[in-house]
Amino acid sequence: MKVKVLSRNPDDYVRETKLDIQRVPRNYDPTLHPFEVNREYTRALNATKLERVFAKPFLASLDGHKDGVNCMAKHAKSLSKLLSGSCDGELKVWDLTKHECVRTLQAHEGFVRGIVVRFCGTSFFTAGDDKTIKQWKMESPGYGEEEEPLNTILGKTVFTGLDHHQKDGVFATCGQQVDIWDEQRSSPIRSFTWGVDSFSAVRFNPVEVRHHVSTTLRHTHTHTHTHTHTHTHTLYSFSMFTLAYKVFIVSLPDAFKMDCLIFLCLTSLYTYDMRFLDRPITVHMDHVSAVLDVDYSPTGKEFVSASFDKTIRIFPKDGGRSREVYHTKRMQHVICVKWSADNKFILSGSDEMNIRLWKANAAEKLGVLTPREKVAVNYSQKLKEKFQHHPQIRRIAHHRHLPKSIFHQTKELRVMKEARRRKERNVRKHSRPGAVPVVSEKEKHVVTVVK
Amino acid sequence: MAKFSKKKVNRRKVEASGEGPEQVVRDPGEQHEGLNEADGHVSEEQEEDEEEEQEDEEEEEDGGGDKDERRRQKLLEAINALGGKRQKKLGERSEAAVLMSEFTINAEGEGERVDLSDLIGTVEKNRAVPAKTRKQLKNLQQSKRTVECPLSKQETERIQRDVSFQKAASEVSRWKGIIRQNQRAEQLVFPLNQEPAGPKPMERVVSGWKAQTPLEQEVFALLTANKQPVHDPILTPTEEASLRAMSLEEAKIRRAELQKARVLQSYYEAKARRERKIKSKKYHKVHNKAKRKEFLKQFDEMVKTDPATALEELDKMQTARMQERMSLKHQNSGKWARSKALLAKYDEDARKAMQQQLEVNKELTQKLVTSLNNEQEEEEEEEEEAGHPELMPDFVNDAERGLDSSNPWMRGKLSEEPTESERCGSLDLTEEALLREFDQRRKLRQVQEADTGPVLSVDDDEGMVEEDEAAAEEEEQLSEFTSLFQEMANSRRDVMAEQAEAAPDTSVQLEEGRRRICTVEDVELLSQEEVAPDEAPVQPQLPPATENMLSAPQKTGKNRKRKRGIELKEVLTTEAKVLRIPLAPTVEDTEESDGKLDQRGLIKEAFAGDDIISDFLRDKRNQEDAGKPKVVDLTLPGWGEWGGGGVKPSRNKRRRFRVKTAPPPPRKDQHLPTVIISEKRNSSISLHQVNSLPFPFESHTQFQSTVRSPMGRTWNTERMVKKITKPKVVTQLGAIIKPMAREELMKDASNNSSVDSLRRKH
Repeated sequence: MKVKVLSRNPDDYVRETKLDIQRVPRNYDPTLHPFEVNREYTRALNATKLERVFAKPFLASLDGHKDGVNCMAKHAKSLSKLLSGSCDGELKVWDLTKHECVRTLQAHEGFVRGIVVRFCGTSFFTAGDDKTIKQWKMESPGYGEEEEPLNTILGKTVFTGLDHHQKDGVFATCGQQVDIWDEQRSSPIRSFTWGVDSFSAVRFNPVEVRHHVSTTLRHTHTHTHTHTHTHTHTLYSFSMFTLAYKVFIVSLPDAFKMDCLIFLCLTSLYTYDMRFLDRPITVHMDHVSAVLDVDYSPTGKEFVSASFDKTIRIFPKDGGRSREVYHTKRMQHVICVKWSADNKFILSGSDEMNIRLWKANAAEKLGVLTPREKVAVNYSQKLKEKFQHHPQIRRIAHHRHLPKSIFHQTKELRVMKEARRRKERNVRKHSRPGAVPVVSEKEKHVVTVVK
Repeated sequence: MAKFSKKKVNRRKVEASGEGPEQVVRDPGEQHEGLNEADGHVSEEQEEDEEEEQEDEEEEEDGGGDKDERRRQKLLEAINALGGKRQKKLGERSEAAVLMSEFTINAEGEGERVDLSDLIGTVEKNRAVPAKTRKQLKNLQQSKRTVECPLSKQETERIQRDVSFQKAASEVSRWKGIIRQNQRAEQLVFPLNQEPAGPKPMERVVSGWKAQTPLEQEVFALLTANKQPVHDPILTPTEEASLRAMSLEEAKIRRAELQKARVLQSYYEAKARRERKIKSKKYHKVHNKAKRKEFLKQFDEMVKTDPATALEELDKMQTARMQERMSLKHQNSGKWARSKALLAKYDEDARKAMQQQLEVNKELTQKLVTSLNNEQEEEEEEEEEAGHPELMPDFVNDAERGLDSSNPWMRGKLSEEPTESERCGSLDLTEEALLREFDQRRKLRQVQEADTGPVLSVDDDEGMVEEDEAAAEEEEQLSEFTSLFQEMANSRRDVMAEQAEAAPDTSVQLEEGRRRICTVEDVELLSQEEVAPDEAPVQPQLPPATENMLSAPQKTGKNRKRKRGIELKEVLTTEAKVLRIPLAPTVEDTEESDGKLDQRGLIKEAFAGDDIISDFLRDKRNQEDAGKPKVVDLTLPGWGEWGGGGVKPSRNKRRRFRVKTAPPPPRKDQHLPTVIISEKRNSSISLHQVNSLPFPFESHTQFQSTVRSPMGRTWNTERMVKKITKPKVVTQLGAIIKPMAREELMKDASNNSSVDSLRRKH
């Protein structure tokens, strides 16, 4: 008797533990899976749409200040702590996980112009309109203790910016001049000036900490033929104790230090190579009003800008257009912005006394992802990248709802730009060849370079 | 004092050398004195001056030129003395008391400056100073050029700025390598340079530790004495040496060989075990036969190539045969055989076994010459065997077939083997009938081929398409055609009814088939689509129960008749394109095509309503026509000739103004009758298409290739998918990403240098 029976090796289909995934035999023969491009295109389209569906970047609003938030500082060691200073001289320390204020102190009279946390995270410095620099303990005072600064330095002029060295007890302020201070002394160890201009921001280079103090922003209101305000930016070299260069500028990416960023000049931002300051690498355009603050993502791939036009925009480091715009109905002029140190959140402080917490990637799911979720997210991300040039996908991916005013202003600006371009073209057409040279967008914005 | 006078002498000498230096020396001194007035050092000065005067008096004999000088000095002093303030003798502390000493005593000569001339005097006397320097100094004294004015503050600052900027830029440039590396990296995981989580290996913890206490030191000494590893406690030197003795590649190869050998061995073992376990007699018989055949083949070859060994083999074979013949081993005379013979009357198995033994005996005792071509014989034997009613045929296994005929899987599975066995085993009652039937069928087919003439299509689908193509060619007659079809359908319905009456004794299977075909829609459908001249010879599925077999030929004959009536060929005026193909009249073939028919019948039933194929052909024709060049008549009546009612433009004119457009390039689907390739740009598709080459790509092919390669799990293995979809930047939730440290730079530099050195080595 011959009896034929189906027999299979259980090792081929039985999983070892119940936690394993069921083994699925697969045949990758391409003839069995036709239309791969079409199917992937559909998937990409769906992924793009879903991304838009899930794009809910706004997380929380921290209210409590009694005046506009003028400056913020990240804690050097803790992700959940945030310091903010308002226009009435009040300083608040926030717990971001609980969305609540844990400490309030009256730091200055008038604006708090700058806050910076010392690299060790145990104390922080504030500079204010009352011509003082104060050092405070990070811990809140115990019961019965008075809220008093550890140290107070009386300056001669108003300070407009403040930054601390990454490793040493040295900090820098700016105002009428740029001062470098030692923490132990009550007078600056070094002062820089260049002409009579005043400076509005100062930054230590986070990477080349030992040598470059800063790139500083200063305002020179030079009226050129187009009435554009020229903002000059100066690079100082710490080691040489001299001013090094004066062009337009500033805020430095953490991870990639060679590029430095420049903002203002009406609405655009400029990225410069620190070594060649006579011409920007990239011009970032999208804001319709002045840019007030910029912060780099800790990965150095992107940066966020806060603008007077009541929006926050996220730009890729080397892209001319923003990839994201955040706004809410109630958010007024955004004065300061920070990118959290774990690259996941963005914090913005605005005129109407609120600090807002946003997701850096609007559609990202927060929290722990299961492996399968991770795989799916990665795959859809790659699909979106792969098909990003297809018109329908691009249209959906790029579409953002904008407040009416901004929408119309953008349109207006576009029309103006187009008109200018047209006129220039016509002039060129009707003049001697070579008489009206073509000036690239990057070169257009640099008025002069002073050495 | 002596020292002082010396100085004076020197000074005089300098004075003598020229006018200019005198001024240079004197004037500052005077100024100085002037300055000192306010400081209240005057008293000392005066004393000094008095001394000087004395000296001067002493030196008066030397030269009278100094007299005027002295007078001038005195005069100056007198003038100075006039002021009331001068009365103050002691110096007081004030803001700018640079020159005042702590005890209101002025250091000697403090107020004076040391001038070049003071130094040069000594230089000239000193022999250690080379002559060249002396000469240079002299030249310097004599030269009247003024020193260049220092640069303005702005200019110096600018230079300094420039220098510092250059320095800063060069320092920044050192990061270039790292930045490029990071930009090119396939994946960046932030925070960079993370320490791996979890416990560290012991070696790393221990490496920084040193033995301090005496006990520890002792242990260390012991360890080192025995050459035990201290810092990296994994391998002792001997172990390392042994490791080094065998290279990795060698070891790998050896291991692979061993593995292979082991695998082969186990494989053969398993095979042998398997074969041994098989109980089937038939299998063993076949197996042995195959072996024998193989052996014979080998033997034949051996005869050709190596006759000597072949002879030996032959001898061996012969001796074996002789032994067999002499012994009574396979005859029914053994103990076992006798016992079996007793049982054989009642037990079938025993009978079978005996039979087999006899077979073997027969085989062995045959003469050698015949045994060489025993294949045919054996076949005959087999047939005989099969013919033997007592022996079990091999298809007993297939007995379930009849029982489980409702199970299509069972039927499908067994359909191959049993037919064969049926064919060869001509034992059943039905067998002869079957054979007859096949013959009949063959004949029928031939006949049919003759009378249906050329209308034999290869494949059902193609046949249909072609037929319908022919139909489509006559588009004008289409309406006529459909009306005709209606008639046909009606008439056939009548025929069917007749047939149903005529053949009431058809089998179940047949009835099924009939019922299926007899629905009105089906008839219509068939009339349109099914040409099926080739289906006439095709048999309906062989029923598993053999009782149905007999009725099959009749049924097919009827089918054929019926279908003949539907043929398009008779309806259409033109002849269809025809393909002739010889038919292979095999049983399997009929079965297969029968299955197809069944499926197609089903499909037809499902899509009974729509006339897809003719629609398709009409569409195609329309598209082809639309693409054809058209003649455009641009004639305007009345121009150049008379116009008006009833007057037509002349033929000449019409010919002149008829414009024929150039023919379009040949269509892509020209030779594809079943395909329409649209060559128009479809606006609904273009909405989704990329119309310009995106930025990073350099050519269309590059872009297309990136789009074409799929990334999903449907097309790629799991590992590949993981690799492809790796995100470029990975960050950790809740981990602070710090800026790069300068140590990074050092590491990079060292890496680079090591890489460079490696390159140099190679």
